[in-house]
Amino acid sequence: MNRQEKRNGVVVETQGLTKIYGKGHTEVIAVKDASLSVSHGELVALLGPSGSGKSTLLSAMGLVNPPTMGRITIDGNLVMEGPRAFVDVLAFRRTHIGFVFQKANLIPFLSALENVQVAMAINDIPAREARKRAMDLLDYLKVADRANYYPNILSGGEQQRVAIARALANNSPLLLADEPTAALDGQLGREVVELFQKIAHEQKSGVMVVTHDQRVLELFDKVYFIEDGVLRLSSDEATVGKH
Amino acid sequence: MNLAVRDIRHNLGRFILTAMGIGLLLMTVMGMTGIYRGLVEDATGLIDRIGADLWVVQRDTRGPFAEVSNIPLSLEDRVRSVPGVSRSRAFLSHTIQRESRGKPLRMVVQGLSWPQDHGQWLPIIRGRPLAAPHYEMIADRILGLPLGEKVKLGKDLCTVVGITSGMAGTGGDGMAFFSLLDAQAIQRDITGEAIRLDRTAQQEKTATRDIGRIQPALIENGTSLLGTMAPPISAVLIDVSPGANSRQVLNTIAAWKDVSVYTSADERELLLKGNVDKSRRQLWLFRVILVITSSIIMALIIYTLTLDKVHDIAMLKLMGARDSVVLGMIMQQAALLGAFGYVFGYYVGQFAFPYFPRRVSLAPIDLLVIAGVVLGISILSSFLGIWRTSKIDPNLVLS
Repeated sequence: MNRQEKRNGVVVETQGLTKIYGKGHTEVIAVKDASLSVSHGELVALLGPSGSGKSTLLSAMGLVNPPTMGRITIDGNLVMEGPRAFVDVLAFRRTHIGFVFQKANLIPFLSALENVQVAMAINDIPAREARKRAMDLLDYLKVADRANYYPNILSGGEQQRVAIARALANNSPLLLADEPTAALDGQLGREVVELFQKIAHEQKSGVMVVTHDQRVLELFDKVYFIEDGVLRLSSDEATVGKH
Repeated sequence: MNLAVRDIRHNLGRFILTAMGIGLLLMTVMGMTGIYRGLVEDATGLIDRIGADLWVVQRDTRGPFAEVSNIPLSLEDRVRSVPGVSRSRAFLSHTIQRESRGKPLRMVVQGLSWPQDHGQWLPIIRGRPLAAPHYEMIADRILGLPLGEKVKLGKDLCTVVGITSGMAGTGGDGMAFFSLLDAQAIQRDITGEAIRLDRTAQQEKTATRDIGRIQPALIENGTSLLGTMAPPISAVLIDVSPGANSRQVLNTIAAWKDVSVYTSADERELLLKGNVDKSRRQLWLFRVILVITSSIIMALIIYTLTLDKVHDIAMLKLMGARDSVVLGMIMQQAALLGAFGYVFGYYVGQFAFPYFPRRVSLAPIDLLVIAGVVLGISILSSFLGIWRTSKIDPNLVLS
């Protein structure tokens, strides 16, 4: 069974995830007892004011910043319990998680095509196959005509599309996006979220987007709200169009 | 995907300029190495080419190259009578400075034992060996004297009949080969006035002594030869007969109280440990300093290049890149920088070295060793960048 066929059920689940920085007087609880889940084909928003713990939660889910307590399960695998990892984190991140950020963070000395290819190259995908898939992804995201351009001559929207293509390169079941629309104007921001929606629904990936933008919340299947490190599901709020 | 090459391609101008800078440093290292080899070759070239088995020099001196050695010309005949000696040649060596076409001309005058030695063993690239006992010379091309040039040396005009290559003294001055008599004449170029003054002084000195007063004829007889006596030579070269015991010949001559005798290997060793040693050590020190300087500069360049890519490296780490991907990029960049610098340094050196005042002689083994050193300093210099890379946290991208 390949990964595409496996795509049903929960892609990521956190249980009682807590992240504490510092000790004693300097101790700060960034995330407290957060439990959430994102299913395959689901577009989930994580809302919250600055400093509420959004990025901390996202980095923990992305296996970049291990939690102090709690469990993280991805694609049916228990990957972390507290700071203890049960998998090779680097390899797992390479194959299971794609990242998109507020800034595209494209590598400036690689063309758009190479920026997508590099994600596959570090996952040992043969160059020819990687090139074809990268072109397909750029085409899917409607930036194929910019394939050989360097990031510095791409517009903000084009850069973000290339970054999304890179995040999708390894066919990862989980896509984490940290305020990907913050640097874009309203229309472009909406287009990007629509793109995530399309990716979630068509590619059956679980997509979690940290955002401030209340105008696009109706595009999400589920919205979580975090404040002072405390997470709650906001599916009952009027801001979520579908629910 | 080779990230190192792609980064270089994107910042080609900066890479080329950096490689050129490194290349010039490496060219200097090559130059120093070549000068060192040239120095040794120049110093030992004559000993190797002249092909003598034994060198006889003034007693308790270290031979004609390490210090002044004066022995009488008659020693050549005395040595020839020793059993086992097949040939003996007188040899004279001294350095002079004259003017040629308004420029100072320094040359190491070498006297060849005429008629046995015409200089046929010399590496003559144009012209011919000596064909006459007087007024001919073979000059090394360093001296810049063309074939047929007439040079006034002493009281005579000598014509350049042959040009050699790679024959220079330990000081880097070109050698010129003459018949022994001409070389002696150049050495003892004393004016008539000087001889007359010397004679007068000797006569006055003898006249004041008892012997002069008792036998006045001695005053005239004893001083009339002043200025006409054959000047001494520097060494006698011995060829041992085939089958004869070289050590036995050496022991026989070494027993004489007025001379010392060395094998060619001894003479070579004396030369390298004497005249050449300080220059050799100094050049070695310069080379070490230059290699260290190159390493530090390369390390700082690689470190700076790494600092430029901190965010990109954090992104690669976040995407799950193995350490080997990032380290490989840094080490490959360092190696490419070293390789381009090496090639640039080599080719610039090919144009620059002929203009160096001292001969630069680079053997393939030198180039190979320098290539190894460059590889070593490339690896060493990338350590600083690698250390910086290891400190990069993928969280940097999230922040």
